Amino acid sequence: MKINLPTSLEPLSERALWRKHSLAGKTLLVSLIVIGTNVVANYALERGLRQIGVVESLSPAPYVRAFVHPWVAIGVIFMFAWLTTRLSLLSWADLTYVLPVTSFSYVISAVIGAVYLDEKVSVLHWLGISVITLGILLVVVTYPKTSGVESGS
Amino acid sequence: MIALLVALVVIPGAVGDLLNSAGMKRYGEITDWTPRGLLHLCRDLLHNSYILASIPAMAISFFAMMALLSATTLSFAVPITASSYILETALAKYWLKEHVDWRRWVGTTLVAIGIALLSF
Repeated sequence: MKINLPTSLEPLSERALWRKHSLAGKTLLVSLIVIGTNVVANYALERGLRQIGVVESLSPAPYVRAFVHPWVAIGVIFMFAWLTTRLSLLSWADLTYVLPVTSFSYVISAVIGAVYLDEKVSVLHWLGISVITLGILLVVVTYPKTSGVESGS
Repeated sequence: MIALLVALVVIPGAVGDLLNSAGMKRYGEITDWTPRGLLHLCRDLLHNSYILASIPAMAISFFAMMALLSATTLSFAVPITASSYILETALAKYWLKEHVDWRRWVGTTLVAIGIALLSF
C-alpha cells in the first residue's frame, strides 16, 4: 500500500495542522516529565548510594539489599515513573527525537551536582552544558514522529 | 573495573532502547494511567516479545549504572553513558526506519560532545 506523505507544497488542512501541533506539544510536555523524573531518580540514587558506600560486585544481591535505604527507595520509585513515561513517549515519538531531547536531564543533573552535592563545575562543564542545550534546540524543532503517515518537520 | 561498568551500561542500554522503541510502537500509546491500568500495561507488555527481550538488557544496564554511581561521581557516571547516542541514532535509522535529517544528526552529535565535555 502506498502512503502519500505531505510535502511542503501541499498545504495542510486546519485539522491536520492542529493534530500536528497537538502531537508536538504533547511530546514536549511528556518529554519534560521524563526529564524531571530522571533527574530526581538519579539525585536520590546518588545520595542514597553515597550514604551506603562503595559497592563493587557483579552480583545483584548487594544492590537488592540497598533498596531498603530511603533515598534509594525514592530513586527506584522515580526510576519506575521515568521508565513508564518514557515508554509512553516512545509509543509515538521517534527514538532519535526522544534520546537527544530528554538528555536535558544531564544538564540539570550537572547543575544539581554542583549546587546540592558540592561537585565542581568547571569552564569545560559549562561549555558542555551549552553544547548539549544547542544540540537539543536543533532536535526539538523537528517533528517528533517520522515513521508514520504524519511525517514532516 | 570502571571501563567494564561503563560498557555494561552503554551496550545493553542501547540494545534495550531499540527494543523498547520497537515494542512500544507495536503496542501503541498508553492511555490508562490508573494503578489498574498500569497493572494491565505490565501484563500486556510481558506478552510483547520486543519488550520482553529488552528487560534483561535494561536490567544489566541498570545494575551496572548503580555500581558505577557507587564507585564514581554523578557528574562522571551520568555523562559517560551518553556515548551510545550516535550508535543508537544510526541503529534507529536503519532498523526502526526513522527519518534522521541533518538537524537530528548534528543535534545528537552536539549532545554527545557536550556530555563528553561534562565528564572532564
